[in-house]
Amino acid sequence: MSASNTAPVCRAADGALSVRDVTKIYDPEGVHVVALEHCSLEIAAGEFVAVVGPSGCGKSTLLNIMAGFDYVTHGEILLDGAPLATPDTRPRPGSDRVVVFQHGALFPWKTVLENVTYGPVVQKQLDQPAAEAKAREMLARVGLSNIEKSYPGQLSSGMQRRVEIIRALINDPKVLLLDEPFRAMDTVTKSASHEYLLELYNATGKTIFFITHDLEEAIFLADKVAVMTTRPGHIKLAISVDLPRPRNYRMLASQEFLRLKAQLVEAVHEEAVKAFQAGEREMA
Amino acid sequence: MQTALILVALAALILGLAVWRIHKQAKLYEVGFGRQLATTLSSKSFQLTLAGFVIFVGLWWVTVSLLKLPWFNRLPGPVEVVSEWLSPEPTFGISIYTKDYYTHIFYSTYRATAAFLLATLLGIPFGLLMGWNKKFYDYSLPLVELIRPIPPLAWVPLAILVLPGSEPAVIFVTFLVAFFVTTLNTLLGVESIDENYFRAAKCLGASNKDILFDVVVPGALPYVFTGLQISMGASWFSLVAGEMIAAQYGLGFLIWDSYSVIAYPVIFIGMATLGIIGWASSALVRVVGRRLMAWREAELSGSARVEV
Repeated sequence: MSASNTAPVCRAADGALSVRDVTKIYDPEGVHVVALEHCSLEIAAGEFVAVVGPSGCGKSTLLNIMAGFDYVTHGEILLDGAPLATPDTRPRPGSDRVVVFQHGALFPWKTVLENVTYGPVVQKQLDQPAAEAKAREMLARVGLSNIEKSYPGQLSSGMQRRVEIIRALINDPKVLLLDEPFRAMDTVTKSASHEYLLELYNATGKTIFFITHDLEEAIFLADKVAVMTTRPGHIKLAISVDLPRPRNYRMLASQEFLRLKAQLVEAVHEEAVKAFQAGEREMA
Repeated sequence: MQTALILVALAALILGLAVWRIHKQAKLYEVGFGRQLATTLSSKSFQLTLAGFVIFVGLWWVTVSLLKLPWFNRLPGPVEVVSEWLSPEPTFGISIYTKDYYTHIFYSTYRATAAFLLATLLGIPFGLLMGWNKKFYDYSLPLVELIRPIPPLAWVPLAILVLPGSEPAVIFVTFLVAFFVTTLNTLLGVESIDENYFRAAKCLGASNKDILFDVVVPGALPYVFTGLQISMGASWFSLVAGEMIAAQYGLGFLIWDSYSVIAYPVIFIGMATLGIIGWASSALVRVVGRRLMAWREAELSGSARVEV
């Protein structure tokens, strides 16, 4: 995409997440649903972690708890050693861990520029002109210079998602939480989006927690791929991806890539079969 | 003289319709007005619209003036009504040249506007609060659902008993229907907002107050304006009912009074005037809504779409 993809990765000093023995039980109207059980995962500061697993395994539940949208039932999550989610603390979303949503959640009634400047302005971190200057600079970095006055509905899905990632990053969060952001995209838009995301990751070194069910996407982007079991979900194994950064599409055909993929396919397939059988039992 | 006036009125009607069409397409800025007018006048759909009017008036003329069908034999035909409406010396005292005509229009417009504005000022905050606060919703929704079905006319005696004079009573009755429409549409608007917008705003550090003004209000706006258009229409029909019972002026009074004094063409003048004013006021609400929701216009017009 652009030349800055060759910049070395700088890692942020903070943003370490520690998921310790987390259990989440949904209990609406007496129906006991265990979404997560004894789920543990360590994410180092500045690490890019992708979580894969069958649909409905609790990936999004874990993300929602990290984001502060939901309670944990047991266990705890620490952010840089401080408790972020415990059964006793009220969930509280904040600009230190911004979520980018699967279907996108740019405010359709605000222009691109108003969307991107929203965080810093509403938190009174920057005044409007300063926020706009910063927003313009960041938008330009992902090739979105001339759309400031457009409304999100006028943009393609690839552009919308890039704007949303910039809207998150302008707050200088410790952690970026991405919930299958590229799911509904066609192949070309998806691979362009991957390159933009990697470029931003290389430039900022933020901790990224990335949910997907696309194994190739997970390996291509992440430092570590965690496989979640079928419900009740916990992390079954975590595989380090030792492909060098900056990454490029040629790596998709490398020996190392294929080896990792084979390993993950095995682990995920096992869970998919279990999920499928569980589904059949529920139907019967 | 009268024939000329009728012809002028017809021309004005056609031109008015054409200008409305152009306005609706909102392409005035791109092409010259004259050219736009010519295209519109010659367009198929405009000709159909015109044909609709002609058929309607034609049926009226055929049944009332030509065939003089037994049920309709006391009604005036279109020619009678229009020539009375446009006459400098009307037989029954009401035409576009008489002061009384405008006094009635003024009173009705004043009451409908007052009731509509009051309903908007109270209904939107009430609806927002219901959508925003679960407790308030539980308090108020069952009450609203019980009171809303009571027809406006049933409130007239109560309104007259409580409020001083008939004027506030008529406005109150008009206000009630508009208020419920606005409130419930606003509530629906808040409920229609995707949960993720709230979550995104919280992630970005918005306080509850910020969320109210940056998410709840703009997110509910499309439904609010649909509600306001309906409420404007509702204001007019409950107003006329109120005026028939408890007023000395106004188009509703004029229609009812003309019936009692056997001034039948005036009934039609009053009804047609109500149609025109009611339509114009709803159109005004629509235009204001469009101005406030530029983002929706941009989204709906495909031409503005940008690609990667």
